[in-house]
Amino acid sequence: MSKVLMKGNEAFGEAAIRAGCKCYFGYPITPQNEVPEYMSHELPKAGGAFVQAESELAAVNMAYGAAAAGGRVFISTSSPGLALMQEGLGFICSTEVPIVALNVSRGGPGVGGIQPGQADYFQATRGGYNGDVKIPVFAPSGIQECVDMIYESFDIAEKYRNPVLILADGMIGQMMEPVELPPQKEITPVDKISEKKPWAITGTDNHEGRNVVFSLRLVPDVLESHVEHMFEKYAEAEKELVRYSSMNLEDAEIVFVAFGTMSRLCAEAIEILEERGIKAGLIRPISLWPFPDKAFDEIGPKTKVVISTELSMGQMIQDVKAAVNGRFPVRLIHRTGGVVPSSLEIADRAIKHLEGLK
Amino acid sequence: MKMKMFFAGSGGQGTLAIGQMIAKAAMEEGKEVTWLPSYGPEMRGGTANCTVVVSDKPISCPLINEADVLVAMNLPSLVKFEPMVVPDGLIMINSSLVSIDTSRSDVKSVKVAANDIAAELGNEKAANMIMLGAILNETHVVEPDTIRKEIEHMFSGRKEKFLAMNMQAFEHYLSK
Repeated sequence: MSKVLMKGNEAFGEAAIRAGCKCYFGYPITPQNEVPEYMSHELPKAGGAFVQAESELAAVNMAYGAAAAGGRVFISTSSPGLALMQEGLGFICSTEVPIVALNVSRGGPGVGGIQPGQADYFQATRGGYNGDVKIPVFAPSGIQECVDMIYESFDIAEKYRNPVLILADGMIGQMMEPVELPPQKEITPVDKISEKKPWAITGTDNHEGRNVVFSLRLVPDVLESHVEHMFEKYAEAEKELVRYSSMNLEDAEIVFVAFGTMSRLCAEAIEILEERGIKAGLIRPISLWPFPDKAFDEIGPKTKVVISTELSMGQMIQDVKAAVNGRFPVRLIHRTGGVVPSSLEIADRAIKHLEGLK
Repeated sequence: MKMKMFFAGSGGQGTLAIGQMIAKAAMEEGKEVTWLPSYGPEMRGGTANCTVVVSDKPISCPLINEADVLVAMNLPSLVKFEPMVVPDGLIMINSSLVSIDTSRSDVKSVKVAANDIAAELGNEKAANMIMLGAILNETHVVEPDTIRKEIEHMFSGRKEKFLAMNMQAFEHYLSK
């Protein structure tokens, strides 16, 4: 198949359409504006509906409603926008409605800035919703992966009847790389939705009873068993959805751990370190929840330090420490607020960490 | 082969566009490529720049520490970005808008009076196409024919009236 040159944000949109997305709701925010822009002119052509909501709060709740009715629903935003969507996402988890959400993250906290950031790691993997909730989170590091991830996420969301979140950042959203686009998936006709999604609110169809999507469970025992049911799904997700890639782990002195944009910089820092005679490797978590703990079992005996490399003050490092479990010293290389370090800076700081161990 | 290119100018000059055209042509020729723009609260007349990496092998990082080629479409771009060019690298200067030469003595600089030549050809807006032809003439990063096909595609349909002018601008340096 021939390749096309696409911006990350446009690739997200096109992949969602090809995955059979019927409904998109959004509100403009940099650096993801090309997503709603693309969906506004392309989704209607594919028979879907684009709505620019009046706020992120409205967008997430429109998505909740459309997905409860059985639609394939996609929403996108950037960091402070996702903060506004947290309440809706919690309700969507509780009611077991599938949607795919995208966060093209930027520097925070608050309105923050508009340059690339990864300080939404906690917001993505821990969330700001109440109650016992998990959301699978995937982080792409190149445009082909953006396409493949969105394309698959709708199926994952529907299998688990839970939101799936894609965590990208400003650089991934803005940059262009060649991609191969997957074929158009069939969109379920409205009168067939109840066959595929028997829980969806599709009307009574002349039969007795009706579906109700609800979150309120006043009897503690009933609520407890509902949450336990959700956690049976999450236990399966923890087995099935772990994704990562790794390089040079068997003989690396330094092992970087990085996702998204930072993993691209680390890959080049590894080349710089090799020129200086230092062997370094990389663990790139692709699923941030479930976190790929087992990747750390591949680290060889030559490793002296594991370095979590992040565009935040250090959030993923908590999961890295838990996965390393005391086997190696864990250090941090970071910049925040939208500052992206050079691969040279990462290499230099990695050497300092290595020297600091002595 | 790996070439790291940096294109800088002001919004509206078509600087990002020629970077994107080279990126697309490189892809059509089966090479690996990344295109990364700067982004911010910019507008026409504000700064606009992008990084293009073209390689035979997968590209680890779309951000660059140094450039093999700098394309400076205006004066601030030359002053700000000339330090990032590698020794023996290349700086393409739009001499219509930049009256000085590079302060670097260890690089090759090529002056292209892009706006003046484009104006002589009838449309100053095609200054970026003049520069694009000159870049290919110096770097051979992609084949001119691949770009010609792109230009034909870009200026088709309603925009066909601009095709001849832009193609002529692109050819200006290639025919020399």
